[in-house]
Amino acid sequence: MNGERLRRTMLFVPGNNPGMIADAHIYGSDAVMFDLEDSVSMGEKDAARMLVYNALKTIDYGKVEIVVRVNPLSTPYGRDDIFAMVAAGCPVIRMPKTECAQDVIDTEKCIEEAEKTAGVEIGTTKILTAVESALGITNAYSIATASSRIIGIALGAEDYCANLKTTRSQEGTELFYARSAIVVAARAAGIDALDTVYSNVNDTEGLIEQTKLIKQLGFDGKSIINPRQIAPINEVFRPTDKDIEKALRIIKAAEEAEKRGSGVVSLDGKMVDKPVVMRAQRVITVARAMNIIGEEV
Amino acid sequence: MKLEKNGVAGTLESGDIMVEIRPSEKQGINVELESTVANLFGRQIKQVIIETAEKCGLENVDIIANDKGSLDCTIRARVTTAALRATGGEFKW
Amino acid sequence: MINAVKREIPESLFEKTGLKPYVPGENEKLLPRSTETFAERSKNNNKITSFEEAVKAVGLKDGMTISFHHHFRDGEHVVNYVLGKLAEMGYKNLSVAASSLTNVHEPMIEHIKNGVVTHIETSGLRGKLANAISHGLMDDPVIFRSHGGRAAAIAEGDLHIDVAFLGASSCDPYGNANGYTAGGEETGACGSLGYARVDAEYADKVIILTNNIVAFPNVPCAIPAKQVDYIVEVESVGDPAKISSGATRFTKNPHDLLIAQTAADVIEASGYFYDGFSMQTGSGGASLAVTRFLRDKMIAKDIKCGFALGGITAQITSMHEEGLVKRILDVQTFDSVAAESVKNNEFHHQIDAVSYASPYDKGSAQNQLDVVILSALEIDVDFNVNVLLGSDGVIRGAIGGHPDTAAGAALTIITAPLMRGRLPTVMKKVNTVITPGWDVDVLVTDHGIAVNPARPEIEERLRGAGLPVTTIEALQQEAERLSGVPDDLPFGDKVVAVVTYRDGSVIDVIKNIKD
Repeated sequence: MNGERLRRTMLFVPGNNPGMIADAHIYGSDAVMFDLEDSVSMGEKDAARMLVYNALKTIDYGKVEIVVRVNPLSTPYGRDDIFAMVAAGCPVIRMPKTECAQDVIDTEKCIEEAEKTAGVEIGTTKILTAVESALGITNAYSIATASSRIIGIALGAEDYCANLKTTRSQEGTELFYARSAIVVAARAAGIDALDTVYSNVNDTEGLIEQTKLIKQLGFDGKSIINPRQIAPINEVFRPTDKDIEKALRIIKAAEEAEKRGSGVVSLDGKMVDKPVVMRAQRVITVARAMNIIGEEV
Repeated sequence: MKLEKNGVAGTLESGDIMVEIRPSEKQGINVELESTVANLFGRQIKQVIIETAEKCGLENVDIIANDKGSLDCTIRARVTTAALRATGGEFKW
Repeated sequence: MINAVKREIPESLFEKTGLKPYVPGENEKLLPRSTETFAERSKNNNKITSFEEAVKAVGLKDGMTISFHHHFRDGEHVVNYVLGKLAEMGYKNLSVAASSLTNVHEPMIEHIKNGVVTHIETSGLRGKLANAISHGLMDDPVIFRSHGGRAAAIAEGDLHIDVAFLGASSCDPYGNANGYTAGGEETGACGSLGYARVDAEYADKVIILTNNIVAFPNVPCAIPAKQVDYIVEVESVGDPAKISSGATRFTKNPHDLLIAQTAADVIEASGYFYDGFSMQTGSGGASLAVTRFLRDKMIAKDIKCGFALGGITAQITSMHEEGLVKRILDVQTFDSVAAESVKNNEFHHQIDAVSYASPYDKGSAQNQLDVVILSALEIDVDFNVNVLLGSDGVIRGAIGGHPDTAAGAALTIITAPLMRGRLPTVMKKVNTVITPGWDVDVLVTDHGIAVNPARPEIEERLRGAGLPVTTIEALQQEAERLSGVPDDLPFGDKVVAVVTYRDGSVIDVIKNIKD
């Protein structure tokens, strides 16, 4: 949780669909994830890789955070995917099916090689890990801390549920442990926690319910499969006027403390801890993104 | 670069371009383009196809392209993929 | 003198006034009395006749102007039927004045080649007929008129119709005709007959074609018997499945939904969203979907729409039925759910095209609009809109009520994607101007909003609401970055069509396109 970058919604876009790749950024999701993995058939891996490579080199995606999900390094495509995306200037690589810290270390090594080859400054490319198995959940914290490039950890629920020998339910009972494990690991590591997709695009009520749940658990956002899911999720993450008012007061107090050269922030006679200031900053970032308050406030 | 076989890439979906590259008896890069936007962008699309094919080191090929309103970056991707499939070559990222 | 009923009338009266004494049987136009039952008279003494008899009786001659309506849309059978018959009868040099022509009118190509049809006036052209005309099929340029412009030209006598051939979904033996069958089984309802009503009122002669003759009196009706000369029973006026089927569906296209959501936000912030406001939405993907998002806002703010105008869809009629839209003024009905509503809802009212969009009447409905949402094939940096000519230079659309409602509404919103595939929608110069930029206030695209600099107060309100406002130049440049600069279209020198503004003045011409 860095306080600045919002990751409420990450729009999933199949990597071999030029029509969707060209303007995936216009819908207002915080991030867009081009997929080279599950949504691309074996015979089209090369085509999708080349397509996303050319799109990233050409199209100005503006402020939206661009993420590419590559194939695992254990497949014949993973290494090429990473080299192509690093060369294209992809800021974040999402590694699927992360099982343990070594997976992250291997990926980081490959990225570093690719950065050297492409003449990109070492460390530029960030990593988003996705945990999709019981082993991965068990190792969540060691995964989350395996590289300084990691910005977040995401849950992939379909494979995870299959691995658990259960199915997905509306209530998400089967995911409680995994979700909590991911949030706890992410917070301990100081990175973002991202929830899995809600696959029934037509069920907005269900999406809202699930988003309320994961927000309460502590997640920063969700992966989404349709632009229609953006507005309902943002609504759930909308801070109340009371939240905003309090956050503004806390930030003002923090700024005054800094001016005084004091490390101690106090509000209404009570001391305010640093995490509370950070949370207040987060509230203001969301409020600005939703045009609830202007930039100058 | 020598063609091992015909190379095809792309689809006929809106916004995409289907490209087939074949060895040719004729000299140079010969493009046969069908496009939904031929009147306005046909000339530019052909130019992008030829430039990309040259970059891939192709010579003496027929390129048959069926365009459904693709952008330049898509054209470059599809021509390159078709060329790599035809030559069996590897791309230098 | 003593007249036939033995009353004394002074002779001087006739000299002084030119009046004539009553003489039974002398005036042949007076219909004789009948002692047949009403049922017998309906059967034996009506206006129904054969096509050939009707055509002869109205005195149709070579070189005359005949008219048609397009309420049966892509299911329309009347134009092809009538022109086929007239060609067989040897007619030449006819002028066709249709409210619009669609994909189904391809057979007109042969009639044009054979000299049966030598002139066309219409709101739109599509398909192979449009393609042939764009390539120079006709010597005489097609005259394009907006719906309001056509209605006004007919009413003012600028467009004179000799014989109107009007298809009807129901008609009684005397000519009370309608676009649905009140109290009877439907055989292909189209709903409102708004455009046809103008032809019926002003044409010299009117022939109704129907597949559904119902008992007198067919009321309520769109066209009253007094305007009708003859009725011809035909097997079909149109294919019911193509006239209208079900409810016009909401788009699932994410671009359209994004544009629609933004357009609804624009309306909400514009200053024209108040209890009792009036609106018109088009039937295209994005503009239709605006109603869905607007509905949520109306419920949230407890705002009702005073009246909805235009081409009417199921979305509008369902909002009417749930009390969100108080009245509907319907010149053209877009789907069968809406057609049912015309039939059943007292305040869903069908209006004729003059009442809809006359440019000369303060009271015409389009002059009462707060907001209209329209689409565009192309829009340029001066906000000029083209809805007629495709980007390939081939005619493929219709003016419809675009310039009428744009000029009539207080807030005119154009919804369009920035690009369609590689084709830029926002460009430096449109290929044809249909609606001039000064009648356009806001452009909503999937890449942001542009406000006409003539409306700074609107821009201020939208910015105040945090909406993504940019400039139209920025949008044009963004489109050009993605598409490249398009080549000039290969137009020839022959004028194949004239685009008229609402008052019939020439706003643009279309030249032939070369392959």
